[in-house]
Formats: sequence, structure tokens, C-alpha cells
Amino acid sequence: MNNSKVVALPLRLLHWSMALLIFSMLAIGLTMVTSLANYNLLVSIHRPLGILILLLALMRLVVRLTKGVPSMPSDMPVWQKGLAHASHWVLYVLILLLPIVGWAMLSAAAYPIILFGSVELPPIAPHNIALFSILRSLHTILAYSLFCVVLVHACAALVHGLIFKDGVLQSMLRGGEEHASVDSANR
Amino acid sequence: MTSTHEKYALSNILGRQNLVRLALIAATAGSVTATFAYAAGWLQGWKLTQDAVIDRFEEVNGVHPGFRRNHAKGVCIEGYFDSNGNGAVLSFAKVFEPGRIPVEGRFAVAVGSPDIPDSGKQVRSMALRFRPANGEEWRTGMNDIPVFGVRDAAGFYDQLLAMKPDPATGKADPAKVSAFLAEHPESANAIALINAKPFSSGFDNATYNGLNAFDFIAADGHVTSVRWSMQPTAPFEKEPADAPADGNYLFDELVRKIDSTPLRWHFLLTVGQPGDVTNDATIAWPDDRERIDAGVLTITGVEAEDTGNCRDINFDPLVLPDGIRASDDPLLSARSAAYAVSFERRAGEPHSPSAVQPDEVAKANLDE
Repeated sequence: MNNSKVVALPLRLLHWSMALLIFSMLAIGLTMVTSLANYNLLVSIHRPLGILILLLALMRLVVRLTKGVPSMPSDMPVWQKGLAHASHWVLYVLILLLPIVGWAMLSAAAYPIILFGSVELPPIAPHNIALFSILRSLHTILAYSLFCVVLVHACAALVHGLIFKDGVLQSMLRGGEEHASVDSANR
Repeated sequence: MTSTHEKYALSNILGRQNLVRLALIAATAGSVTATFAYAAGWLQGWKLTQDAVIDRFEEVNGVHPGFRRNHAKGVCIEGYFDSNGNGAVLSFAKVFEPGRIPVEGRFAVAVGSPDIPDSGKQVRSMALRFRPANGEEWRTGMNDIPVFGVRDAAGFYDQLLAMKPDPATGKADPAKVSAFLAEHPESANAIALINAKPFSSGFDNATYNGLNAFDFIAADGHVTSVRWSMQPTAPFEKEPADAPADGNYLFDELVRKIDSTPLRWHFLLTVGQPGDVTNDATIAWPDDRERIDAGVLTITGVEAEDTGNCRDINFDPLVLPDGIRASDDPLLSARSAAYAVSFERRAGEPHSPSAVQPDEVAKANLDE
């Protein structure tokens, strides 16, 4: 948390690129598990994209912890601030966990974890198909949870933008100055 | 300002003045959810999915927890591949550099139940994992038939039900088989080719064919369509007219042979020419296509599935090393998808010992 009204530019860029990637990933995942003809193509996109999201999420965590994010509007009720914080951390946890569980799941099944060409990741779990089975189910549960939390997050952002008009949505859309001006225009 | 603003109150959020805005937000959330439901296939009615294919196996064969939904009866094998370097003309994959590569795998019969007695009418399969030192893997599942019986997943799905044995007669309903063949002339042709070729007397003297075409990428980037085979050094002998009484005779004979001497196959790469069909595994390539002998596979050991290296492996035909990739054959992605579902299901089930126990065969052999 910091006192500026600015969401740092790197965080904004990370937020929107990850939003796009996560939506694509969820759609690819859902399509992939029923598909026959496109299964191989989708899986070979799903793996490297998952690892990319993991890297971006780690980067974002570091930037967030060093640069901080603007505090919530001071006149927001405590319970709403609490919900907002909690939902953000749930998002972080899910976004970090999903690719790690996916990676561990492939490890437990003894699949090679190919990113592209001959670039492969090492296994991070022992070869154990009972463990694979648990991680495979967990991967699905986490993915559906992420979809739900992302949806709630987007709805909350729209409530801020359309109903509260308190500059919270603006701060992620356009950054600092606009946030300040919208904020003051609403007082 | 420390007091909370009234705009954050629930009475404001849900107030009449915000009805249109709330409806807009709900519509946004609804359309995003609908898009995902569409991606998941929940809005389009029935379609053939990977789960539907495995459901059909279970419908036809019953569920045998812990076992593969197809090629359910098998043993684990191990050995090595001595590459002679000839394959490097076609592909830069490490497997084709001269040298020895450890190999693990599985012999099986293409049945849906793990304890069906062996018979001369069952398709035999050899699945392999090549494990070169660079950590890459190549997995392949091959069958001792010249072409595959169906062209795509839909054909496979139809065939499974059409060929389901009638519980009363133990044979498939001829009317259903004829209807299937009439609807799938490519399968009628393929099955004629398969039936024209006699089965061998054992696992050791059978030729195993990869059936699907793959793209081999050479060091200079040149792409060649390739189908591969494992050709035994043991001479071909025809399947005896009457299957021996021992329900595991094929496997027991394999165990006895491996215990006395390693078994060998030549790894043959059939070089496709422009115009050769790559997207239909029911069609054979012309006999005169060049075959490159890439080296010799030696199988030195055999072990039961429950203790061996193969039960907990999915021999997904699209686990490929750099230098080999899938062709446009639709069966490849479909096989990969269906194998994944079969693997996921059996991974979560309790496991019981397999019908074939090489240790017992070896012991019985010593006692004789």
C-alpha cells in the first residue's frame, strides 16, 4: 500500500496483459478437455502459456510488494475494503497456484513438460499417479474458482466505475492524474 | 475524510437509480459466463468428446478399475535401442544419433478387459518410451496390423459399438457390422487389408507398425512424412489354428523367450513421397517406398505391470522429441486426448495385480 493515487505503470501493464492471458487460458483449458481434433494444439499452447502467467505473476508480486498500490478511497466502509483486499490476495494465490499445480500434475504423471522445441521443465513432484489424480482434480477446481473470482473482481470494478465513480476503476484504466481528477470531481 | 460515504451503502448500490447500471454489469458478467460455457461445449448439445470415447469403451467392455480402457492386458518390458545413425538423414532428433538409448515399454493385446484369455484373433501392440540422455522422450504405441481400422475418432466411436460382442453369441451382431462398414467404406477396405495378413505365432515374431504418419524434420529443416515399423529378427511363423488352452499363452511364451535370449527388432522408417496420404491411417502406402533401417531395438527384460515401469505411464503417441512432430492425421490428436482420459480415470482408481505375472511363468519354467 502507498499514499499515491497511481497504480504504477508496470503493474497496470502486467494487470491487463495477465487479464488477457488468463481469460485465454481459461477458455483454452475448457475447450481442451473436451476436444479430440484440437487437443494436441491446445495442450501445446496451454503449457507454455501457463508458465508465462506464472512468471508474470511472480514479477507482479515483486513489483507490488516493492512499489505498493494506491490505498482504497478513505471513505469506503471497512468491510468493503476488507473484501477487496481479500479478493485480491485470493486472485494472487489462485494465479500462482494454478500453473504450479499444472506443472506438478504433469510431473506426477511422468509426462515430459515441454515448453517449445527441446526446451523442457524439470519435474517438481515424484512420479506417482495417485498424486497425479489428486492434482488433476485440484487443477480443475482451482480453474473454476479462478473463473468465479475473476468474474466477481470484474463486477466489483464495474460497480466502482459505474456506481461509486470513486476513481478505483480509472486508476487501473488510465493511471494517476485521471484518478485524482475523477476523485475530486466526485466530492 | 474518515467517515464512510453513503454511496458505498448497500441501499445506494441496490437503489432504483442504479437499476440500469446494475443490469449492465449483470449482462456483462452473464455474457462472459456464456462465452465460457460455449467454449466448454455446454450450449451446443451432444458432441463427440474425449470423455465420450472412453465412456464408450466402458459401455462395451465394462469398467475394470485401475486398468487401461484399451490394450488392458499387458506386461512391462525394458531394453535399449542401438541407433546406427541412418535415421539422422530424416530427423535431427537425438534418438537417431549413433549410440545406445535406454528403452522401456509394454507388450499388450488390444482388448478392453484385463483378463480375457489370449487368442490368435487379438491385435498385439508394442508401446515404447525412448529415453535419450538429453532428457527428451519419445513415446509410441504400435500394432501388428498393416493399417488402422478407422480413419478418425467418429469412426472409432461407431466401430466400438458395432463390433460389441452380443452376450448371447459372443460375436458381434452381423447386421450392425454391415451397417457400420456400409457407412465407413474406408474401414471396410482397411479391415480387408488387416484380415488378409495372418497373425504371427507370438509377440516376438510380429511386426509392429506405428500406423499414423509423422513429420520428420532434418537438420536442414527439410520435412519428410514418415511411418515407422519394428520388424522382428525372429522369423515369421503363422498363428496356430487352435489357440492353446493356457489363457496367457502369448504372454507366457514371450516371458520364456526373453528369459532365454534377448529379442530384437529392426526400426524401419518408411519414407513418404509427395502425394502419399498422411491424414488417413486406413490407407497403406505403396510397397515400394524406401525404408531406412535406423537401428536395432533389443528387449532384454519383462516384468509384471504392478511392479514394472509401464503401468503408470501413458504411452501418448504425441510425446515426441524435437525433430519429430504430428502430421495432419486427425487420429493422432484424438488418440492423445482419449489416452489422457483413460489415464486420468485409471490413475484415480484402486489397482490390482495384472493377469500376466512373468515371475510365476519363470518359476514354473524352472520347475519343469
